[in-house]
Amino acid sequence: MSGFVTLFQKEVLRFWKVGFQTVAAPVLTVLLYLLVFAHVLQAHIKVYENVSYAAFLVPGLIMMAVLQNAFSNSSSSLIQSKVTGNIIFMLLPPISYRQFFLAYVLAAVVRGVVVGLGVLLMTLWFVDLPYREPLWILLFALLGGAIMGSLGVIAGIWADKFDQLAAFQNFIIVPLTFLSGVFYSIHSLPPFWQRVSHFNPIFYMIDGFRYGFFGVSDVAPLLSLSIIGACFIVLSVLTLWLLKTGYKLRA
Amino acid sequence: MTSAIRIEGVTKRYGQVQALAGVDLDIAQGEFFGLLGPNGAGKTTLISALAGLTRADSGRLAVMGHDVVTGYRAARRLLGVVPQELVFDPFFTVRETLRIQSGYYGIRDNASWIDEILDALDLTAKADTNMRQLSGGMKRRVLVAQALVHRPPVIVLDEPTAGVDVELRQGLWSFIRRLNRDGHTIVLTTHYLEEAEKLCGRIAMLKQGRIVTLDTTADLLRRFSAHTLRLRLTPGAQLPTALRTRAVAVPETAGDLSFTLESCDEVAVILQALREAGCHIDDIEIVKPDLEDVFVRVMHLV
Repeated sequence: MSGFVTLFQKEVLRFWKVGFQTVAAPVLTVLLYLLVFAHVLQAHIKVYENVSYAAFLVPGLIMMAVLQNAFSNSSSSLIQSKVTGNIIFMLLPPISYRQFFLAYVLAAVVRGVVVGLGVLLMTLWFVDLPYREPLWILLFALLGGAIMGSLGVIAGIWADKFDQLAAFQNFIIVPLTFLSGVFYSIHSLPPFWQRVSHFNPIFYMIDGFRYGFFGVSDVAPLLSLSIIGACFIVLSVLTLWLLKTGYKLRA
Repeated sequence: MTSAIRIEGVTKRYGQVQALAGVDLDIAQGEFFGLLGPNGAGKTTLISALAGLTRADSGRLAVMGHDVVTGYRAARRLLGVVPQELVFDPFFTVRETLRIQSGYYGIRDNASWIDEILDALDLTAKADTNMRQLSGGMKRRVLVAQALVHRPPVIVLDEPTAGVDVELRQGLWSFIRRLNRDGHTIVLTTHYLEEAEKLCGRIAMLKQGRIVTLDTTADLLRRFSAHTLRLRLTPGAQLPTALRTRAVAVPETAGDLSFTLESCDEVAVILQALREAGCHIDDIEIVKPDLEDVFVRVMHLV
């Protein structure tokens, strides 16, 4: 058990030691999005009754930060360890593949939540959020972070080079998060793109997370929860299987 | 007594390359064992399979009686590996690195043992320095320290002295000798054959994934090498006929001759024959058998 605790602590310490890059920088990026988009679109867009566009935008941006940073944490840590070769220090000790999985995913969730909280704290000055269903907020943040942390483990194991990982991030993760309804309600989209959005799991993470704040959402929160719960199970099973077989790590 | 390491019929193939082609090996507790072979012979693959870094295609490997697959927890706890590559985690200091490594083995408080290892490896002054700032030799010592945090009874060192300066090499060996005296089993791969000759009690030589020789160092030297007598005669001296067939010209010298000796007593016989023939000797040297000689012969034999 304590092999897991140490690996988890090490993973948290790793990103915390370079906090400017891993926490402060993403918080600033998200704030810039908020400033620009809220300024430009505030007068033009009204998504929900009694919710300003800036207020609508903030939960989406927080969730986007949680998801992208969770993914970054596990994927970049693994690829760095693989490329530099120090992954050997984690493969030699008697750490089971389950402990390995848990440590990486949990640390990814921590990084995601820390950045998300950072964004939330900084936006307290800009907008007043109602926090209707705090438990849903927490649930969606944790589950979303875990899904992306798990996906990060898969990407980190699969990629042999940094540019492969960057491709995974830039061509899959970023488009999926941007086109998930962070900046708009999918009801504003033409019917075809609305349907397409329903195939994007990140749409449900954002929508459910936002529901926690406003008590309104594009789809029923329970449906979102079921879908991302299923995603989490599928990805966990896949990740655990990869780790158990030693794919690329114990070749 | 349970073997420190037991390897039975281990094979491993990477694509077209048969890295291990059926290796059997038994290393007793307390041995100082040398695993030699040219590059690509399969030494590192064998160590990787033993450490669980790679999976053998067939065969079994055990550390102190624990199978490295079915009993991997116990096997890994009993094994310390110093990897060949100079790897490190740039995020941490030396002490953090060792503390984290202890934690991976489930050891929460390891401060006093860590201090002891740091001291033995002459790293105390660098304990709170980031890994990035260390010289290559120091990084190498940290790798040794990392392999020892969980006090493993069996220690495998994969070319620990590659690129390490003389002073450090000697320090490292005296430390590893001490560990061996304290009862640790040591398995060593190295390209420095004189090191292996001095340190190892028993040696296996690998070639193309197979063990081609396995014997005590002393017997290997006896079997494949011998004492030789080297002479430089005064110019113009005529070698007696009796010795002519035995004398071999030493390459890259000005006519030096060498005689392979069956036993050391033969020196007297040869010198006697020379004196009787009136030959004068300018220079004389007795060359001991060495492992390099053995190595070259074994690798060409098979």
